[in-house]
Amino acid sequence: MKILVCITHVPDTTSRIAFTDGNTKFDSSGVQYIIGPYDDYAIARAVELKESNGASVTVLNVGGAETEPTIRKALAIGADDAVRVNAAPTDALFVAKQIANVAKNGGYDMILMGRESIDYNGGQVHAMVGELLGIPSLSPVMKLEVDGNAAKMSREVEGGKEFVEVAMPFVAGCQEPIAEWRIPNMRGIMTARTKPLNVVEPVATDEAVAYVKYEQPAPKAGVKMAHSVEELVDLLKNDAKVL
Amino acid sequence: MSILVVVESSEGKLKKASREAVCYAAQVGGDVIALSLGDTPEAELATLGANGASKVLNVAGSFSSSEEAAVAVSEAMNSIDANLLVMAQSAKADMIGGRVAVKQDAALVSNVVGLPDTTNGFSVKVSIFSSKAFAHVALKKDKKILIVSKNTVDVKEEGGSANVEAFSVSLPDSKVKVTGEEKASGDILLTDAEIVVSGGRGLKGPENWGMVEDLAKTLGAATGCSKPVSDMDWRPHSEHVGQTGIKVAPTLYIAIGISGAIQHLAGVNSSKYIVVINKDEEAPFFKAADYGIVGDAFEVVPKLTEAIKALK
Ligand SMILES: Cc1cc2nc3c(=O)[nH]c(=O)nc-3n(C[C@H](O)[C@H](O)[C@H](O)COP(=O)(O)OP(=O)(O)OC[C@H]3O[C@@H](n4cnc5c(N)ncnc54)[C@H](O)[C@@H]3O)c2cc1C
Repeated sequence: MKILVCITHVPDTTSRIAFTDGNTKFDSSGVQYIIGPYDDYAIARAVELKESNGASVTVLNVGGAETEPTIRKALAIGADDAVRVNAAPTDALFVAKQIANVAKNGGYDMILMGRESIDYNGGQVHAMVGELLGIPSLSPVMKLEVDGNAAKMSREVEGGKEFVEVAMPFVAGCQEPIAEWRIPNMRGIMTARTKPLNVVEPVATDEAVAYVKYEQPAPKAGVKMAHSVEELVDLLKNDAKVL
Repeated sequence: MSILVVVESSEGKLKKASREAVCYAAQVGGDVIALSLGDTPEAELATLGANGASKVLNVAGSFSSSEEAAVAVSEAMNSIDANLLVMAQSAKADMIGGRVAVKQDAALVSNVVGLPDTTNGFSVKVSIFSSKAFAHVALKKDKKILIVSKNTVDVKEEGGSANVEAFSVSLPDSKVKVTGEEKASGDILLTDAEIVVSGGRGLKGPENWGMVEDLAKTLGAATGCSKPVSDMDWRPHSEHVGQTGIKVAPTLYIAIGISGAIQHLAGVNSSKYIVVINKDEEAPFFKAADYGIVGDAFEVVPKLTEAIKALK
């Protein structure tokens, strides 16, 4: 079985979100980068499947050279090799086209990724990759078991979950509790250094969207503290008018 | 210009977010045509006229995969010559949108929180970084897809009723087989709820959720929780709110025994009002709250439930 796991390289969840150059650029100074938390579930599930069913796991990231430490972390968690498409991930369709281009001749049985990135939160790439490759795409997938040439999954739908069966190959956008996050161990970190990381150039596409300007949310007015339950109820009734 | 709006319903009733999407399209301006996939009653669909739809296309049948749904949506766009597709944000809309964007070679943006600005091209405001910031995004293709967040526009009811027409498409064979389903507990959907009552690790154990449920019931609210609570299986994962869980945007969010970690806040900061109940006056959640009370949840919550009952 061959598994492709697509990961994003995103600011740590505790990062201060700020912008520079007249609010036209994300301010990355002092920001720590991590594997997207949802992608981290995808890589963890891929490594579990490798251990239980036998599989080769390739990680893929669309990004500049600065993402390589993040890619090495995925290798340390247990992926076998990596591909970096050397381009800034400007929009969902651009990224999807790069992934589809790498995947189309790779013979992957499944392509896993997070349900969404935590920077732009688009949640579109898995569907686009599925469409570009002409294969099913499912998201958010909370459970994934391999059964012969098919996979059994549960996915979140509004108001509950749905159990589905789908033949390989497919694309899945992952979400907990599909797997437990893995922390690389010392041996993983050592072997990751020598695992292959191939850099390929992007395929050209035209621009679909452009991020023109950024904006911070207006600050909260400040909390009004109640000193008794009666006072709280009064605030909710007469100040917020929600009761 | 024709605008297609895909609408969703649950238990035969159109979702409020879908009505908002129709109103949004009406405010953009153009001939607004709705598309319903599945089996919403015709009488219900006709009421979309009041929200601004001139016509509703109705595709009967069940859709087990986004591939099938995307074929129907894309063909409907072609048949009415739409260059704009609007959908209310949902797991389904995201899945369909990505596929239609490829089929139509369209520019797609999601998490839209404002009406388009067309003074110079076509751009919209979207929320990014889990609502910690916003961006203005220009859509650079002739065809455009907007996936709109809840509460972006108000629902207006003014027009008459819309004509409902059957729309038939030949769908591809689905490769996805649905083998079963499980309903989440509780009657109110977390993502749709106007009020959410959430509990955190401060509640000590699953046996203490009775008071959370009582308060939720009194308020007609959905229940949520923090990540450790669902990780420890005190509550189902479907209730996990935050950056890596469900993002909610209710009118009122009540957080009980939740410290207010940045990852939790990322899932709730689009709420209109936040109430924090915590015994620690230093809890970071108070900084993100509109109203707060310092106290032991085991005393405050039952009292609050009684006081609200007394009001009603
Ligand atoms: C990548 C990443 C993603 C994450 N995603 C999420 C996410 O999506 N959602 C999420 O929630 N977390 C998420 N987390 C975890 C997050 O960092 C916090 O650990 C978590 O939110 C804390 O949950 P809590 O507030 O319930 O528990 P705690 O932080 O332990 O807080 C418990 C609170 O209860 C109060 N308390 C205790 N007893 C009482 C009492 N009797 N009455 C009243 N108050 C009381 C305490 O004062 C304290 O403030 C994520 C973490 C990481 C690293």
